[in-house]
Amino acid sequence: MTILTFTLILLAGAYLAGLVGSLTGLGGGVVVIPLLTLVFHVDIRYAIGAALLASIANSSGAASAYVKEGITNIRLGMFLEIATTIGAVGGAVIAVYTPTNTIAILFGAILLFSAAMTIRKKNQEVSTEGSPLSYKLKLNSSYPTKDGEVSYKLKNVGAGFSIMALAGVLSGLLGIGSGALKVLAMDSTMHIPFKVSTTTSNFMIGVTAAASAVVYLQRGYMDAGIAFPVMLGVLGGAFTGSKLLTRMDPKVLKYIFCVAITFVAAEMIFNGYNHKF
Amino acid sequence: MKKVISKSFLADADIEQIIGLQLRYGVVIASLIVLIGGILYLVQQGQGAIPPYHIFLGESAGYTSFSQIVKGIGAGEAKGIVQAGVVILIATPILRIAFSLVGFILEKDRLYIIITAIVLSVMLFSIFGGLKI
Repeated sequence: MTILTFTLILLAGAYLAGLVGSLTGLGGGVVVIPLLTLVFHVDIRYAIGAALLASIANSSGAASAYVKEGITNIRLGMFLEIATTIGAVGGAVIAVYTPTNTIAILFGAILLFSAAMTIRKKNQEVSTEGSPLSYKLKLNSSYPTKDGEVSYKLKNVGAGFSIMALAGVLSGLLGIGSGALKVLAMDSTMHIPFKVSTTTSNFMIGVTAAASAVVYLQRGYMDAGIAFPVMLGVLGGAFTGSKLLTRMDPKVLKYIFCVAITFVAAEMIFNGYNHKF
Repeated sequence: MKKVISKSFLADADIEQIIGLQLRYGVVIASLIVLIGGILYLVQQGQGAIPPYHIFLGESAGYTSFSQIVKGIGAGEAKGIVQAGVVILIATPILRIAFSLVGFILEKDRLYIIITAIVLSVMLFSIFGGLKI
């Protein structure tokens, strides 16, 4: 296969990964890693490097719109980024001492968890009572809805912060945005309305991914020949996905993809267990 | 008192607009540079066989430091240009933290100046901390 053919196939694959990632809410990076390792037999470290770039591009591209609409809670994002960036740097350090097969197994497990998270019940309720820490850190805010501005208050700030640190470690170790874990921390633990938690999580993914990306760039994880089609493909796919989402509710698609993702996750775990990475 | 609240709200909204634009332009500029480098890469080496990507080369593949990337661009090497786009992409969210810091300084929000400064220090430590090994 020539470089040209490889690039074009990879570009198309990354476009589909970005589309699926956007429609399911899993994120393009998560779909790109199995695509590169299982289909193209690329070393998982190159896959992680490329996926991190896809995460940064997606997060920054989408965040620009949400921030302008005023849904994102920037203070909350900044505060939790202390946990995710320290975690991500830690994850990138641990990665050196972690065998690639272990990384593959861990990735499969997180993939299963993420798929389950996308089909769970979403938190639509708004807390009117906040914890003392939420007042001290000025985290309580409001966001625009169809029925006007809605105020919300936060609970369990400490617990949410801890889960965020774990999300950061996994992000640094596996090269993914770990959006599912971020939403879990904000949605289920801190009782933030779904729309705010998804957009704020997305806002933070770029910074979290960049924290470990700078380390991985210096380690040679980012190969231009892979990074170029993956970054552009995923970005294009995610853009198409975001346009489609405004016109349709991909509920059925979501279930189909989640089943597919489960098989992919099983294969990652199986191959990792058999030392194929 | 009322005046103070509305003033800080205004600054909040302004900085949100600036952050939104900065993120968008960062991604667009990075993508364009990667696209230019990528096309050049295909023109220069498109007919060659794919490198053995199942073997991880790490640092020896080159373009892992700022000086190597600059040197690569100077020599008109496609991979150097792609990697420059990659660096701009990674810098985009980092620059966003710096913008947030300016925003909180303008608002005189001391608590969030400290919080943002901590996040920025973690990023700078990650860049210059020599963590590559």
